[in-house]
Parts: sequence; structure tokens; C-alpha cells
Amino acid sequence: MGGGITLNHFLVLSLIIFSLGLFTVLTRRNAIGILMGVELILNSANINYLAFAFYGGGKYDGQIFAIFVIMLAAAEAVIGLAVVLAIYQNFKTIDVDAAETLRG
Amino acid sequence: MSHALTLITFVPIAGMVLILALPDSMKNASKWIAVAATIPQLLIAIHLYEYFDTTTSAVQFAEKVSWMPSYHISYFVGVDGISISMILLTALIMFISTFASFGINRAEKGYYAMLLMLDTGMMGVFVSLDFFLFYIFWEVMLLPMYFLIGIWGGPRREYAAIKFFLYTLLGSVLILLAMLGLYYYSATPTFDLTELAANSSHYSIGFQRIVWIALFIGFAIKIPAFPFHTWLPDAHVEAPTAISVILAGVLLKMGTYGILRVNFAVLPAATYQLAWLFLGVIGTINIVYGAMCAMAQTDYKKLIAYSSISHMGYVMLGMAAFTAAGINGAVLQMFNHGTITAMLFILVGVIYDRAHHREINGFGGLAQQMPIYTAITGFAFFAGMGLPGMSAFISEVLVLLGAWQTHPVMVVFGAATAILTAGYLLWTFQRIYLGPLNEKYKDFPDLSFREAFTLVPLGIIVLILGVYPHAILGLLNTSLVHLNQVVLSTSGAAVAMVR
Amino acid sequence: MDHPIAVTFIRLIVALPLAGAAINFIAGAWLQKAFGKRAISFLGCGVVIAAFILAVRAFIAMIAIPPENRFMLDDLWKWFDVGGLNLDIAFWLDPLSMVMTLIVTGVGGLIHIYSIGYMHDDDGYWRFFGWLNLFTFAMLVLVLGDNLWLMFVGWEGVGLCSFALIGFWYKVTANTTAGNKAFIVNRIGDLAFVIALYSLFAGLQSIGHATLVTREVARYAPELAGTALNFAGYQSAYPLVGFVTLLMFIGATGKSAQIPLYVWLPDAMAGPTPVSALIHAATMVTAGVYMVARLNFLFSMSPFTMGVIAVAGGLTALFAATIGVAQTDIKKVLAYSTVSQLGYMFAALGVGAYAAGVFHLMTHAFFKACLFLGAGSVIHAMGGEQDMRKMGGLRHKMPVTFVTFMAATLAISGVPPFAGFMSKDEIIWQAISHGHPVVWAMLLIGAGITVFYMFRQVYMTFFGEFRGTHEQEHHVHESPPSMAYVLIALGALSVVGGLVMIPEFIATFKPFEDFLDPVFSSEVTRRITEAGIHSHATEAAFGFVTFTVVVIGWLVADLMYRQQKLNPARFSQMFGGVPYEWVYNKYYVDEFYNRVIIQPYMFATRALAWFDSNIIDGVVNLAARIIVFLSWLSGLFDHYVVDGLVDFSANLTLDVGGRLRRLQTGSINGYLYGILAAVMLILLVRAVVRA
Repeated sequence: MGGGITLNHFLVLSLIIFSLGLFTVLTRRNAIGILMGVELILNSANINYLAFAFYGGGKYDGQIFAIFVIMLAAAEAVIGLAVVLAIYQNFKTIDVDAAETLRG
Repeated sequence: MSHALTLITFVPIAGMVLILALPDSMKNASKWIAVAATIPQLLIAIHLYEYFDTTTSAVQFAEKVSWMPSYHISYFVGVDGISISMILLTALIMFISTFASFGINRAEKGYYAMLLMLDTGMMGVFVSLDFFLFYIFWEVMLLPMYFLIGIWGGPRREYAAIKFFLYTLLGSVLILLAMLGLYYYSATPTFDLTELAANSSHYSIGFQRIVWIALFIGFAIKIPAFPFHTWLPDAHVEAPTAISVILAGVLLKMGTYGILRVNFAVLPAATYQLAWLFLGVIGTINIVYGAMCAMAQTDYKKLIAYSSISHMGYVMLGMAAFTAAGINGAVLQMFNHGTITAMLFILVGVIYDRAHHREINGFGGLAQQMPIYTAITGFAFFAGMGLPGMSAFISEVLVLLGAWQTHPVMVVFGAATAILTAGYLLWTFQRIYLGPLNEKYKDFPDLSFREAFTLVPLGIIVLILGVYPHAILGLLNTSLVHLNQVVLSTSGAAVAMVR
Repeated sequence: MDHPIAVTFIRLIVALPLAGAAINFIAGAWLQKAFGKRAISFLGCGVVIAAFILAVRAFIAMIAIPPENRFMLDDLWKWFDVGGLNLDIAFWLDPLSMVMTLIVTGVGGLIHIYSIGYMHDDDGYWRFFGWLNLFTFAMLVLVLGDNLWLMFVGWEGVGLCSFALIGFWYKVTANTTAGNKAFIVNRIGDLAFVIALYSLFAGLQSIGHATLVTREVARYAPELAGTALNFAGYQSAYPLVGFVTLLMFIGATGKSAQIPLYVWLPDAMAGPTPVSALIHAATMVTAGVYMVARLNFLFSMSPFTMGVIAVAGGLTALFAATIGVAQTDIKKVLAYSTVSQLGYMFAALGVGAYAAGVFHLMTHAFFKACLFLGAGSVIHAMGGEQDMRKMGGLRHKMPVTFVTFMAATLAISGVPPFAGFMSKDEIIWQAISHGHPVVWAMLLIGAGITVFYMFRQVYMTFFGEFRGTHEQEHHVHESPPSMAYVLIALGALSVVGGLVMIPEFIATFKPFEDFLDPVFSSEVTRRITEAGIHSHATEAAFGFVTFTVVVIGWLVADLMYRQQKLNPARFSQMFGGVPYEWVYNKYYVDEFYNRVIIQPYMFATRALAWFDSNIIDGVVNLAARIIVFLSWLSGLFDHYVVDGLVDFSANLTLDVGGRLRRLQTGSINGYLYGILAAVMLILLVRAVVRA
């Protein structure tokens, strides 16, 4: 138990990572980049889970959820990459702005 | 338990199925199948006639099977004196009219299938003793009639068929409502007509009157009673010959039969109060009005149709008399009118098949060209006039004799119409058959064997019932006297009835 | 009368003519072709003659029985038994029906034989004999039926045969019109008759004897005295018997051609002459007389009806005689003469002289049949000519016809000792004897006129010069033997047929009346018949008056038409010719009926038919049209309102969707910004709400 490190530190870290992820997602055009941003957001959430679990009473809920999220993130990455691959095959690019045929 | 009634009702359906299953290449066989279906019917009817016990008014040959127990509906058939005469008539008329249909040369399969379905419907109405069953058969008969007129009829067939259908349907609806009313307000919910009749005193008189009138209108349309009669001339004019024969010969009787079976038996108190107006006065109007309208017609078939209206009036008048003679005369008149009018319509058909028109003033002198036809027409005309020695005389006399004590004025009108009837029939006879021969018709052949075969049996029956009416009256008397007693007993006053 | 002798031969008398008719109608055409007209003659006449022989045998058997038991019954089978009306098909023979049966089969048989010659050239030979046989059958049923309804069967049956035979030559429209007229006018009478039967039955039922069997009616009729005409809920004061008999008499006026329903008989002459002789002179038209005589026990109970019958009879006798004066058609004269003579019979019945009425019925059958057949013989010889103005002088060429015609003329004129004298003089005397001076006067004047028109006819036809065409003159010949012998037989009967009942002032010999006595033996009838004057001197005096009138009538005719000293034209021009005009046109009665009854009726039927097809059916069609209109309206409602709502919601969804789809940019960044914005917004709202 580090004396100076409190929950708020974790939350701030998490917030920074979340913001970075969000920024990446919103600004990147490259589909891979967006996926990486999503990965950051998910991991910021993981940090939150673990931090709350650690400070919130020592239960394992947070850890369990973190593992779920990691697993989900893996699955998401698989599907996301498959989608990107499909986009690339169709549009010869992975720039998401090119793939706008679903526009209403 | 004998199944004669079920057989007689559903034999035609078997024929119908056979006809429908027939390949198109064999469609000429359909008429012979139809004949083959009506023959057993006639034989069963004769069998019933032989074994019918005339000494009781109870239901005979009854068959009762529970059908929809939760609604107290059963398959209940049986005959008494009233229905057996009608069954005989139906079997006879169907047999005759199948032969009279041989001229049909369009969609024969459909025609004969419809004809047999109609047969089942009519027979079913006369044998049913369960109101629900009665109603089903009543409707079953309606549909084939619609198609028979609407498909195989004359130039205005659609109009006539729709008019017939809708008019009768209107009546059916009223009957349906009345039936449900009787069911829900009965002592123990039931559709069994004998049970309803046995507990008739359960209904309040006010309720009885309303239901009575609803039923009356429903049945009156079928008779047809003034002022619900205008569908009849149209339907007759457009219908093919055999269908006219059935229409006039059997269908019209269902109206009066229904009144006897339901109104009289189930609602005797209302009958006693209302009959003089609805049956007596309207019947008299029918008699006089029909005869006068007939006089003015120029279409041969329309004239006969109006004469039907006139003759059915006697049935109603006889029913209003509440005497044994009157009611016996009424039912006998139903039978006699069936045979005589059947002859008349066949006769009209004969000339229509040759000339392709029915304009009375367009003929003349046919007696020279078609003597046998003319002779049989003369016979049928005089039978229609109620000439003594022929069947209609007996029934009209009984009706008028029976009604004389209660409704003298109506009887005078009814009897006076015999003059009007003679007037229009003789005038028609003169214009069509007598006088110089119209050159246009000098190649017309006389009656064919088939045509004569449809007419002669009817003529013989007309004659036999003129000299030996007991053949039918014997069947009727016990049941009708009983029914009449039931109605009279509601009047409070004990009226001594002479058998 | 209560114990009939059961027999089985009466049915044969009735059935023989029926069998003849049936065979003729079914196989007559074939028989005629295969075996010739001889076979038809043999069959047609044979059955009637056989019936006559049976009738004669019955007569011989009957007179061997004591008078009070002369009553035979042949019961065949039950006809119907309903509502207390229990009737059998049964035939009875009592003296009255015996007399009628003899007349019907006897005179009828003679006329059948006559027809062999008269109808020989007609193709419808078999048809003619069929109807003639059927008529004989129907007439026998009328006469022999043991109950009133069976009698009515015959009553209408003869009407049918009359219709068919009047219109026998149906190719001519006028003939068939005459047939229709006869049938319809008869039906008017029948209407009254059946209503009489209904009331009679109801009356008898009310006193506990529901029956219409004639002999039982006779037994219970006295109990009806004092019974009023009652209906359910209505009591009248009018005596039942009076009502019944009056209606029955109206029925009789139809069948027996009395005022006001006589109009059909003159037209009925359109039929072949043997028909006129048999049906419209000798037998059918006397049915009314028979009926009144048969039911004398009822009629005698109602003095009012009796009075009506007497007056109507007298009036008809006079009225028809005056019309006969101006006719030029040889058969029309005889037709009106028949109407007139029937009037005499009714007058006799009306004053209560039933036997005299029936007696005149018989003698009239003889001489009128003879006159008609004689006229037929003349027409036959003249090649169908019936206008007397084109005849004349025929007595030399047709001696048999002339002599028999003359005999019959003398008989009808009432010249002693011919048959007509015995009966007619008796009637005229009975009228005054029973206290009916007005009727007597009418009959007396009628008798004078009768003589006049009959001799006018004889003189115009048989005397003077021939006035026809040259061709006709060559053609004129005496009729063949079959006709001539019949004429001789009837002529002889016209001479001697009356000797069975001789007026009392001459001799007391009246077996005819004695024979009929059991029929007229009811108490009331006895009272009426035995009233009146019984002085032979008075009777002789009145007889002389009658004879004087007869002689005057003959003198006038003789002066006008044989000696031609008086010009008939001068008389016809009297009073500006108006009376002659009216008589010649039969008082315009036909025109009156046509104008007042037939035309309004025809108009009414047309109006009703219009009413039916336009108003009643119009209402039906209108109802249909209204329903069609209403369903059109509801169709509009359905289309615009109900369906409109459905469409509106669909359109709305479509519209909103169209607008919203713009949000779908396809740009993932855009979506993400959107999500971000939404999350920020939600957080903001929550923060605001919390605060």
C-alpha cells in the first residue's frame, strides 16, 4: 500500500488514458488507429474497475469484470480487424471516411 | 331405429359427390346420376307413406343424435302428418323436375350437382325437428337456388337471383333472431321443436307476439305473402323451367310449412291472436290481388307466377280459420298447388323451348299444331281453376268451408276469386291455343315423350286426389286436428272441435 | 226415405258415358283413323244408349216398389271426412233423379244419334263425341250425386263441357269467346251456390247435424226453421234458410240462364246445333230447376225466396220472349225461347208447383230438342246459313223436318193436346191459383209472345218464297236418316209426351205427379202445394183465357208473316223505332255489363299490375337502391376516413424516416461525435435536474 497513492491517482490516470483513447478514436481516420483508441478506452475502464475493487472493499467483482473486458476486447479486436480487412478488400484503403456507402 | 329419414335427406348428396367426381369427358352421365339419386328418394317416400301411422299426431320415424351438446343442439329428424305430405311432394317434384331439366345444355355437371344439393336442403327442412338443424337446411337450400337461377337463368338472371337471394336472406335473418330468442328465453335452453312446443306456455304473450311476427315475416317472404311477393315473378321469369317447377312446387310451401311447424306449434297463443290479420287478411289479399295482377300480365310465365301467389293465399286463409276443415284444406292445398303449378310451369317451358318467347299475345291457334299439348294445358288450367273432380277443388272448398264461420267476408272474396281465376286462365287459353293458327308456329312439334312423361303422372295425381282426396287427407287429419286444438286451447274458451 | 235399397247398377249408368269419354279422348283420334268414324259413332252413342237401357230397367224396377220406398243408393267409396264433413262418392235414385236420368240418357241418346249425321264431315268427330259423353257423365253426376258437393261436381262439370262444346270450332275466335263467357257467367252463379252450401253446412253443424248428404239435409232441414244466420262474433236476425235458398237460386240463375245471368245462353249458340239442343235446351240449363226441385224442402221454408223465384221466373219468361221477337238468327230465336221457357219452370217452382215445373222441364226437353234439331237440320241443308231472312219455303224440300218442327212449335205454343199445353197451361194456372196475379200476367203475355215468335220463325223458314242464293237452293235437301228418325222420335214425344199429366179440369190422370210425389212430400212443401184454388170451373175459365191469348199470338204472326197483310216494319217503327231498337239489341244488357263490370275490372287489373310492378316492387327496388347508396357513402367514408387514417400514419412514418435518415452519414467519426455529444448532454441534463 503506497502511502501517497490514493484512488484519485488511479482515476486521474484512467481519465488521461480514456481521454487519449477518445481523442484517438475521434481524430484518427485510419481504422487500425481507431481500434487502438478503443483499446485504450477499454483499458482505462479496466483501471477503474481494478481501482474501485481495490479501494472499495476487497471484493473480486472488479477483477472479474476486468477479465471480462479484456476478453471482450480481444474478441472485439478480432472482429474489428476482420471488418477492417473486409473494408480494405472492398475499398482498397482503411480510411474510414472512404467507407461511407451506408450513408442514409 | 330406421334411418329412412336420414337416407331420404342425404341420398342426393351422394349423387352430388358422384357428379362432381365425374371426369369432364363423361359429363352426359350427370343427368342420369341425378335421376338415379331421385329414384331412391321417391321410393323411400312411398315407403314412409305406406308405414305411416295415421292414427297418431306423434312424431314418427324419429332419429335423434346429440350434435353440439353444450348448446343443446341435436340431429333430430322425424315426421308427422304435416311433413310427410310435404316429403312426398318434394320427392315427386324432384323426380319430375330432374327429367324436366334434360334440356339444360350448359355446365351440366354443376347444374345437376346444385339441383341435388337443393334437394337435400328441401328434404332436410321438412324432416328437421331441431330448430337449429331446420335453419341450417333452410340456408343450405338457398345457395344452390341462387346459382341455379343466376347461372342457368334467362336474360335478367343476375338481377332475379340476387333479388331472390337477398330477400330470402332477409327472412332468414329474422328467423335466426327469433330462433335465438326462443332458445334463450325457453324454460330449459333447447332447439328441440317438440320440446319448445310442449313448453310454449312458458313464453310471455308479449314476447310471443314479437317472435311470432319476426318468424311470420321470415316465412311470409317465402310463401310469398303480399307485400313481400315481388321477388317471385322475377325469379320465375328468369329461372329455367325445372327450377321454376321446384320453386313453385316445393319452395313456396316451406313458408307455410314453417308457420305451421314453428308459429303454430311453438307460439299458439300469439297465433290465436294474430292469425286473423296476418294469415287471414293477408291471405285474402294474396288471393284477390294475385288473380287480378295475373289478368294483366302479358308474359305467360309471369301470369302463372301471379296465379301461384293467388293460390297460396288459400293456404294462408285456411290456416287462419282454426277449424279442422280449414287447416286440412290448407295443407292439402299446399300439396295440390305443388302438383298443379308444377304442371303449369312445365307447360310454359314446353312452349318457351320452341318459340323462345313467352308473350301471350304473340301466339294463337296452337291447338291445331299441338293438340296433345293443348289438351294437357287445358286440363292443368281447369285444375288450376279448382274444377270439381280435380284435386284443387277439394282443398279450396275445405279452406273456404272451414273459414266461413270465422271469416265470412274473406271467404266471399276467396270464393269470388274463382271467377277471376277462370277469367284470366280462360282468356290466356284462348289467346295462346285457340283461334286461327299463327303461321310462325306451323312447324312446331307436339309434346315429346319426355315432356309428356313429366306431365302425365302429375295429371293422374291431380285426378286421383279429386275423387279420392282421402289419400292425403288421411295423413294430415290427426296431426292437424291436434295442432289446431293446441292453438284453440290457448284462447281460454273451450271450443268444441268436431273431428 | 230412410232405408235406401242398396244397389250397384247406378254406378254403371254413370260410368258408361265416362268410359266412352275416356276412350274417345285417349284413343279417339287413333280409332277414327284406324276404324273410321263408324267406330266412334258406335262407341259414343252406344254408351249413352246402354245407360238409357239401364235407366229404363231401373225405372221398371222402381215402379214395382211401393212409392214410399222408391229410393235406391249406390255407395262407392269415402270421398272425404274432414272437419265433420263426411261425404261419400255415392249415387242415388229417387223418383226425381229417375225422371232426370231418363231425360238425360233418353233425349241425350237421341241427340247423340242425330250427331252422327250432323257432325259427319267434321275432323274433330271423336273429340265431339268425347265431350258429349263427358257431358252426359257430368249431368248424371249432377242428377244422381247423393250429396250436395257431388252434385256440385256435376254442376261445374257440365259447365266445363258446355265451355268446350260452345268453343268446339275453336279456330273462330268468337266461338271461344262465347265459351269463356258461358263458363265465367256460370261461375258467378256458382259463387253464390257454394256460399249457400257453406252456410247451410255451418247451420246444420250448429244444430248438431253436420252433413251435406241430400237425404240427411232433408231430414234435418225442418230443425233449421228459426235458425238465424250467425257467424263467430256476429249474430244476425236474417233467417238462415232464407239466405241459403236465395243464394242457391242465384246459383240457379247462372246455370239456368235467368235474369240477371242469362246473357251467356244466347251466345252459347256458337256451338254445334246438337250441343245447343242437348246442353243449352234439354238438359244442362235445367239443372237449376232440378236443384230447386230437389231441395224443395228448403225452398218451401222461405216464402221470400219463393216469391223472388216466382217473380224472377215470370220476368225472365216475358223479357226473353220479347227479345225473341226481333231475332233473325234461327238459333238465337230458340235460345231466347229457351231462356223464356226456363222462366216458366222457375215461375212454377216459385209458386210452389214443383211437379208442374219438373213436368215442363221434361216436355220442354222434348219439344225444344226437336226444335233445335229441326233448326240444325235446316242449317245443315242450307250449308251453314242461320239467317232466317235468307230462308223460306223449305216445307216442300224438307217435309220431315217441317212436320216435326211444326209439331214442336205447336207444343211450345201450348196448343192442346200437345205436350207443351199440358205443362205450360198447368204452370200459368198454378200461378193464379197460388195467388200470384202479377206472375200470372207476365206468364200469360209471355205465352202470347211465344206463339208469335215461334210462328214467325215457322213462317219465315218454311213458308213463302225461298230467299237464299241459287246455289243454296240446289243444295237444300232432307237430312239423312240418322237425323230424320231422331226428329220423328222427338216430334212424336212433343205430341204425346204430355199425356202423363193432364190438367184436372179435363181429366183426372196425372201419373207423373203421383210418381214424383214422394220427392215433394216434406211437410212445408205439402202445405204450399196443396194451398190454392181447387175449383175445376175456375181452372177451365183461366185455361180458356190462356188459349185465347195463344190464338191471338198466332193470328198476329199469321197476318204478318204468312198472309203478309200487316207489315212488320210498321210495328218496328212505332214510337220512333226506339222500342224495336232496344228489343233488337237485347236491351243492351251485354253492353251494360261490358261497360259497368268488365271494362272497369280490366282497368282495375291493369292498374293493380302497374301498382305491383311500380309501387310495391318499386319499394323493394328503392330499398335496394337506398342500400346501394348507403354502401356507396360508407365506401367513401371507408376510403377517405378509415383508410385515410391508416395512410396518414404510414405517410407520417415515411416522412419522419426520410428526414431522420440524413443523420445516417456513414461517417464513423460523425457517429462517435454524436455519441459523445449525447453522453455529454445526458450528463448535463442530469446535473441540471439534480440541481
